[in-house]
Amino acid sequence: MANVELGEARTVRMANGRTSRLPQTVPPLVFLGILWLLTMVVVAAFADHIRPYNITAMDLTSRLSAPGSTKHWLGTDELGRDVLSRLIQSIRLSLIIAFGATLLSAVCGTLLGFAAARFRGAVEHVVLVLADFQAALPFLIMSLAVLAFFGSSMVLLVCLMGFYGWERYARIARGLAIAAGAQGYAAAVVQLGATPTRVYLRHILPNVASTLIVSMTLTFPEIILMEGGLSFLGLGVQPPETSLGNMVGFGREYLTRAPWVMLAPATVIMLTTLSISLAGDWLRDKLDPTVS
Amino acid sequence: MIRFVLVRLFRALITILAVVTFAFVVLRMSGDPAQVMLGPDVPQDSVDAFRKAWGLDQPLWIQYIAYLKSIFTGDFGVSMRDKASALRLVMERVPATLQLTVPALILKLVIGIPAGVYAALHRQSFADRGVILLAILGFTIPSFVMGLVLVLIFSVMLGLLPSGGQDTWMHGVLPTITMSIGGIGILARFSRSAMIEVMGQPYIRTASAKGLKWSDVVWSHALPNAAVPIVTIVGFMVGSLIAGAVVVESIFSWPGIGRLLVVSVSNRDLAVVQCILLIIAATMVVSNLVVDLLYGWLDPRLRSHTGH
Amino acid sequence: MTPLIEVRDLVRIYHVRHGLFGRPTPVRAVDGISLAVMPGETLGIVGESGSGKSTLGRMLLGIDAAQEGEVVFDGKPMPASRTLEWRKLRAKMQLVYQDPLAALDRRLTIATQLSEPLEIHRLIPREHRAARVAELMNAVGLRPDQATRFPHELSGGQRQRAVIARAIASRPKLLVCDEPVSALDVSIQAQIINMLRDLQQQHGIAMVFISHDLKVVRNMADKVAVMYLGRVVEEASADVIFHSPMHPYTRALVSSVPRAGIPLQGRAILQGEPPNPANRPSGCAFHPRCPLARDLCRIDAPQLKTVGHERTVACHVTAGEDARIAA
Repeated sequence: MANVELGEARTVRMANGRTSRLPQTVPPLVFLGILWLLTMVVVAAFADHIRPYNITAMDLTSRLSAPGSTKHWLGTDELGRDVLSRLIQSIRLSLIIAFGATLLSAVCGTLLGFAAARFRGAVEHVVLVLADFQAALPFLIMSLAVLAFFGSSMVLLVCLMGFYGWERYARIARGLAIAAGAQGYAAAVVQLGATPTRVYLRHILPNVASTLIVSMTLTFPEIILMEGGLSFLGLGVQPPETSLGNMVGFGREYLTRAPWVMLAPATVIMLTTLSISLAGDWLRDKLDPTVS
Repeated sequence: MIRFVLVRLFRALITILAVVTFAFVVLRMSGDPAQVMLGPDVPQDSVDAFRKAWGLDQPLWIQYIAYLKSIFTGDFGVSMRDKASALRLVMERVPATLQLTVPALILKLVIGIPAGVYAALHRQSFADRGVILLAILGFTIPSFVMGLVLVLIFSVMLGLLPSGGQDTWMHGVLPTITMSIGGIGILARFSRSAMIEVMGQPYIRTASAKGLKWSDVVWSHALPNAAVPIVTIVGFMVGSLIAGAVVVESIFSWPGIGRLLVVSVSNRDLAVVQCILLIIAATMVVSNLVVDLLYGWLDPRLRSHTGH
Repeated sequence: MTPLIEVRDLVRIYHVRHGLFGRPTPVRAVDGISLAVMPGETLGIVGESGSGKSTLGRMLLGIDAAQEGEVVFDGKPMPASRTLEWRKLRAKMQLVYQDPLAALDRRLTIATQLSEPLEIHRLIPREHRAARVAELMNAVGLRPDQATRFPHELSGGQRQRAVIARAIASRPKLLVCDEPVSALDVSIQAQIINMLRDLQQQHGIAMVFISHDLKVVRNMADKVAVMYLGRVVEEASADVIFHSPMHPYTRALVSSVPRAGIPLQGRAILQGEPPNPANRPSGCAFHPRCPLARDLCRIDAPQLKTVGHERTVACHVTAGEDARIAA
C-alpha cells in the first residue's frame, strides 16, 4: 500500500535506514516564526560579539534617551545603560535558562516515565503521586517559595525551572511505553532476545521522541514566561545579570517617561513565544496528524 | 459511585499533606529566618531569644509535629513582622483577591467558551481566524507585559483608568482585564478544538441526518459532549488564576494575597507564606475534586468505572 | 527420538480483581497440560477464545511463567523469563504473532527489522548480514525493493511474511505461531500457510500452530490437541481427529468444517455460551454444552485416557467404561 503523497514531498534518507518526509511548503507565518527563532539563537550565541556596549556601562550624559539615536539604537535606561546591549544579553540569558530547563525537565521526566512503565508497582505509584503533587500547586507559587529562601543563583534558577513540566513528559513516556510493551513491537523485540536497554533505546525512545519533542515546544515558551515573571517580581535573575523579565521589571519604574525600556524586552518576549507556539503547532500537525 | 468519591477525597487529603510538608521542609531548611528578620548587626543573644520565642531552636521533627497540630487547630502562627495572627492577616486580604479573580473567571467563561464554540461552528470564517489569532496573542503575551501595556495605553496615554491602588471600582478594571485576557485566549482555543472534535464525530452526522434542527444538534448533542474536556480545562485554570493574581496584584499594587505572598517571601515571613501556600493548595485540590466529580456526572462512561 | 520440547502438568494461574476492593479470584488459564513436540513435527492446538491456547503458546516459549509443572526444551528446563539464558535461547525458538502490524516497529524499515535478530545474537558478521536479509526475504516471498519500505506501506500478507522472515532469521528449531493468519484475507491465508509448510520442510523446524480455525490447522498439523478451558480434551494425529473425532467438543468443531463436494450432514451444533475461565463449571468443564452429558459428568472431571495409538481423549461418555453406549 503506497503512502499518500501530500503535494510535493521530498524523502529524506536518514542515517540508519529511516526516512522522513519533509514538506517543501511551509506556511508563511510559521516560516517567519522559525526565522525569528533562528535570529534569537544567533543573537544569543554571538551576544558578546554583537553587543555594542557592556551591559553595565553607564553613559550618564544621556540617561533615558529615546530610541533612534546613532549612539543608542534602542535608547538608554535611567542609568544611561544602552538598552540594545542589555537586550542582547538578556536574550542570551533567558534562552540559555529556558533551553537548559527544558532539556532537564524533558530528560528527567522521560526517565521517570520509563521507570514507572518498566517497574510498575511501587515505583509507578511514587512517580504518579509526585506528578499529581507537581500539578497540584501552581508552579509560580512553588518557585516563589523555593527561590526566595535558597537565593537566586543561576544554577538554582535553571534547576528550579527544570522542574517545570516534567510530569507531562513522565505521563507521556509512561503511557507510550506501557502501550508499546503490552501489545506491540516492544514485546516482540523482547521476544527476539533483546536486552531491556536495546528495547528502550532503539525502539521505544524513537517512537516516543516525536511526541516528546512536541511537548518540549510547548513547555519552552512557558518556561520563558515563567522565568520572566519571576525575574519581573525581582526574585528570578538578579542584577547585575539581566534577563528579559528582569528588564521589564526595572522598566516599570519609568513607564511614563521612558516606555521603551520596558517595551523592547516585552516585544522580544512576545515575538519569541509566539514564534515557538506557531512552529510547535505546525510541527505537531506534521508529526502526528491524528491529534487536532 | 461512593467509592469513586472516597478515593478522590483520599487522594486530595494526601496531596494537601504533601504540600504542607513541602512548605515546611523548604522554608525551614533554606536559611535562618531569625538572621533575616533582625538584620546582620544584632547581637547574638537577641537572635537566640528570637529563635526561642519562635520555636526555631527545636529539632526539626518536633517543629513539624507542632506545626501539624497547630494547622489542625486553625493556628497558622503569627506573622513575624506585624505580630498579628498569620491566618487573620491572610484572610483580610482574601476579599481583595476575590474581587479580581471571580470577575476574571466569569469573564473567561462568558467570553472564552462562546467565542471558541462560535469559531468551531463557523470554520474558516473571519470570526474563526480572528478568534484563533486573539487566542494565540492572549496566551503568548505574559500577564506582566499585558498589565504594563494596558497601563501604558489606558492610564498614561489616555488617562482613562487609574494605575494602582484599590480605591474605586475603576481601579479594578485594568487588573481584572489583565487577569482574564490570557485565560480567554486559552479557553477560546480549547473550546474551539473540543467542539471541532465533537462535531466531527459520526453521531453528530447521524443526529442531523435524522432531521434535527441544526441548533438542536448543537445544543443537545454537541455541547454536552464538548463540555467534558472544557470542564477539565476550567478546573486547571483555577490554579493559573491564583498564580496570575500574584503578578497582577504586584503590578497594580492591589492589596490581595498575591501581593502579600511576594512580600512575605522576600521577608521570609514563614507563617504567612505557609498559610498562603496551604490555602492555595486547598483551593486547588477542592477545585480539582469538583472537576473530577463534575466529570463523573457529565460523562456516564466514567460513572461505572471501577477504580484503576 | 526425544521430543524437542515437552511440557508436563503445566498450570498457569492469574488473578482477576473485581473493582477496587474486591477480592482477587484466581483463574486457571492453563490447568494441567502435558504435551510433547518432536523435532520437525507440527502440533496444532485448537480451541475457542478463553481456552488458554495463547497462554499455553507463551508458556512454551517461556514468556509466561508456570505456577506448576515444567517446560523442558532440548532436554533442559526453560530458564526464567527475561534472564540472560532465556534471551540466548530466543535464537532457537520464536513466536509469530496474530497482528503483524503491532509486532513491527513502525519507524524502522523491513530490512532493519529483519536483521535485528542477527544483530542481537551476533550470528553473522556485519558484512554478511545484508546478504542474509536478502535471502530471508526471498524465502518468504518478499520482493527486494520492499526491504526499504515501512510496515504500514505493505499489505497485511506481506507484513506477516516479514514477521515470519524475522522469526526464522536465527534458524530456530521451534516456531510457535499464534493465530498467524486469522487477521488476513482468506486468499492470502492459503499462501501463508503453504509458505510456512515449505519453510518447515526445508529447515526441519518444529512448529506449534495455535488457531481457532480448524480448516487452517488441518493443512498444517501432524498432530492436533484440542483445548477447552485450559485443558486438553483430545489429542491425536490430524487425520484421525478429522475423520473420527471422539470428544463431543471435537465432534462439534469438526462437523462445522465444510468439505468440498460433501454436503453437511448431521452437524453437531454447540449450545450455550463460550466458556468463561473465571467461572468454571463443576466436574467436566464441557458438560453445560454437551449433548451427551450425564450425572457423572457434572461431578467428576474426566482425565485423559489413551484410546488408541498416540491418541488420548478426556471424556466419561465416549472414552470411559461406558464408551460402547455413546459411540
